Amino acid sequence: MSKPRVAVHKFSSCDGCQLQFLTLEEELLTLADRVDIVYFLEATSMIDEGPYDVSFVEGSVSTPHDVERIKRIREQSRFLVAIGACATSGGLQALRNWGKLDAFVNAVYASPEHIESLEHSMPLTDHVRVDAELYGCPPDQGQLKSVVTDLLNGVQPRVPSESVCMKCKRDGNVCVLVAKGEPCMGPVTRTGCGALCPHQERDCYGCFGPQGGPNFTAMGQCFLGLGLAPEDVTRRLRFIYSWEPAIREASKNWEAQGQTHTPLPLQRTPGDPS
Amino acid sequence: MTTRRIEVPVLTRVEGEGALHVRIEGRAITDLRLRIFEPPRFFEKFLEGRTWKEVPDVTARICGICPVAYQMSAVHAIEKIFGAAITPEIRDLRRLYYCGEWIESHALHIHLLAAPDFFGYPDAIAMAREYPTEVKRGMHLQAIGNDLVKLLGGRPVNPVGARPGGFYRAPEKGEVDAMLKRCRDALPAVAGMVRWTAGVKVPEVIREVPWVAMRHPDEYPMNEGRIVSDTGLDIDAEDFEKHFTEFQAPHSTALHAHLDGQPYWVGPVPRLNLNLDRLPPETEKLLRETGVAWPSPNPYHGMLARAIEVHVAFIEAIRILERYRRPAKGYVEVTPRAGTAAAVTEAPRGILWHRYTLDERGDVVHAHIVPPTSQNQAAMEADLYQSVQEALDLDDAALTTRLEAAIRNYDPCISCATHFLKLTVERT
Repeated sequence: MSKPRVAVHKFSSCDGCQLQFLTLEEELLTLADRVDIVYFLEATSMIDEGPYDVSFVEGSVSTPHDVERIKRIREQSRFLVAIGACATSGGLQALRNWGKLDAFVNAVYASPEHIESLEHSMPLTDHVRVDAELYGCPPDQGQLKSVVTDLLNGVQPRVPSESVCMKCKRDGNVCVLVAKGEPCMGPVTRTGCGALCPHQERDCYGCFGPQGGPNFTAMGQCFLGLGLAPEDVTRRLRFIYSWEPAIREASKNWEAQGQTHTPLPLQRTPGDPS
Repeated sequence: MTTRRIEVPVLTRVEGEGALHVRIEGRAITDLRLRIFEPPRFFEKFLEGRTWKEVPDVTARICGICPVAYQMSAVHAIEKIFGAAITPEIRDLRRLYYCGEWIESHALHIHLLAAPDFFGYPDAIAMAREYPTEVKRGMHLQAIGNDLVKLLGGRPVNPVGARPGGFYRAPEKGEVDAMLKRCRDALPAVAGMVRWTAGVKVPEVIREVPWVAMRHPDEYPMNEGRIVSDTGLDIDAEDFEKHFTEFQAPHSTALHAHLDGQPYWVGPVPRLNLNLDRLPPETEKLLRETGVAWPSPNPYHGMLARAIEVHVAFIEAIRILERYRRPAKGYVEVTPRAGTAAAVTEAPRGILWHRYTLDERGDVVHAHIVPPTSQNQAAMEADLYQSVQEALDLDDAALTTRLEAAIRNYDPCISCATHFLKLTVERT
């Protein structure tokens, strides 16, 4: 049987997701033994326009040309995997979706008429059907390898949707939110990073997007209890995954009605046995 | 006159995407444009309104390969505004963090992006079949660089450990000792890579363009120093805009930059040229053994300059790891206050300049970032112009290959500024 033909494509992004392939080190050579990497601009001068068995796509769709290109990639690909925050939600650059594009272009470029850009930075699913999504900014290399292995074995890839907290508790970290009083987004954030920020003794900022059943209201109320203002809660929500529907709605809710929420106290009083 | 037209749809093995357009009529180049399409990502605007603590988490995401540089220029500027002084121990850790990035970025460039050009392969994977030792050695060194960034940042891409004041967490002694052993064990491989790189046959060309890099009183520059050039420039980061101007070319979405109205060159070759007397003795010895004359005006010596800098970074990393004592805290407390300040550090690809204005809460009012690839763009175009003239007698395919290699010499990090690189050569 011939090896699967794999492509890696880039849209508007920092290249960090495809770098998760290029930093596989010797495992990159193992991967190249098991699949034919036929399109990967950053890695090879061989350019194969398709068709592909699997396409991994990094980046958000943000120009008229991007729209045409993602449609063509979809036509050429049997299985299309969106990798990373940009491809699955619009990414950090979707922050521009909250403001007026013209104002941004005029602020950065002296001759804005030469700049071609869509009004919004959007996820792939806005334009094409996607067969699997791998979250994270950047996605986890372990999850990336497991997706590849699933595909090689003809299994639909799935990534867990539980919260960062589950991994964090299993690792035995001291709780950043409750014990240290930092506005940690671990409770609402999808697992996959290995509870990276708590391990670095800091608050999670949500770079894997929302977990399966997030409670943004309770999270925000906890943050109010730590002394954050409602607009700080909105700002924390509007970061890496700001355009993901659940986070987008939650941030709008906090923007509009943040003042009506009451703080949830987090610090236990000394001697309280509960 | 015969009409010849060459089109190469995309330039590969660079970070990000762009295009080169060349028109040749007879023996005259009538048009040459290095096009960089940046689906604009507006990072400077996104920074506005974010708090000082979030800034390194935002700037890391400008570039997947050099997040450390983007974090470091930012935290230095913020600390300057706050009047915060870090400890010598934290200063050492920052240098270690930067060593990790130089190692991973340079090893990636040498083995995965540049070397295949000189050995006639489309990529490192194909090259590894004939040169497994060299390619695997490069990947092994790249892994150590990544793990050094991971030691302080938690992960190599978009690391989360850095903050104004230092690092959220100071590594355990045990983690440091394990890295120290790996770095020491790798030294012979690093020296081997330098010798191998020096032996690669490259075109002999001369590019007369000012070199710009940082310079520190007694160290090979990374986080600290003045901005200097071989033409006599010697300035503080605060004075950058008095000498360097950014401008927009209609064919590119990355802003270009000039030094006193002229193109200039940043990155490993200019940096090494201007800091030959700042090399550790072990590196200096190795450099002499390679037989290549430094300073070098040849961008094709970029691979060797990067290999030399990987050696510098290993020597420095070992020195820092050896004397590591775990501080009680990885950072010093900082107190926000309003102000404006600029900072510059040496990203793997050259000087990276940031300027921030913060309000009294430490929220960003204004941010301005000048990445190395934008700064090199004018010099790259000038180089390509000369490269075409030098290689006019090559056939279209060979000329195209030559121009692609000439672009890769600068290791353009187009994502820091860009996206689509298409190569078109038209001859009439």
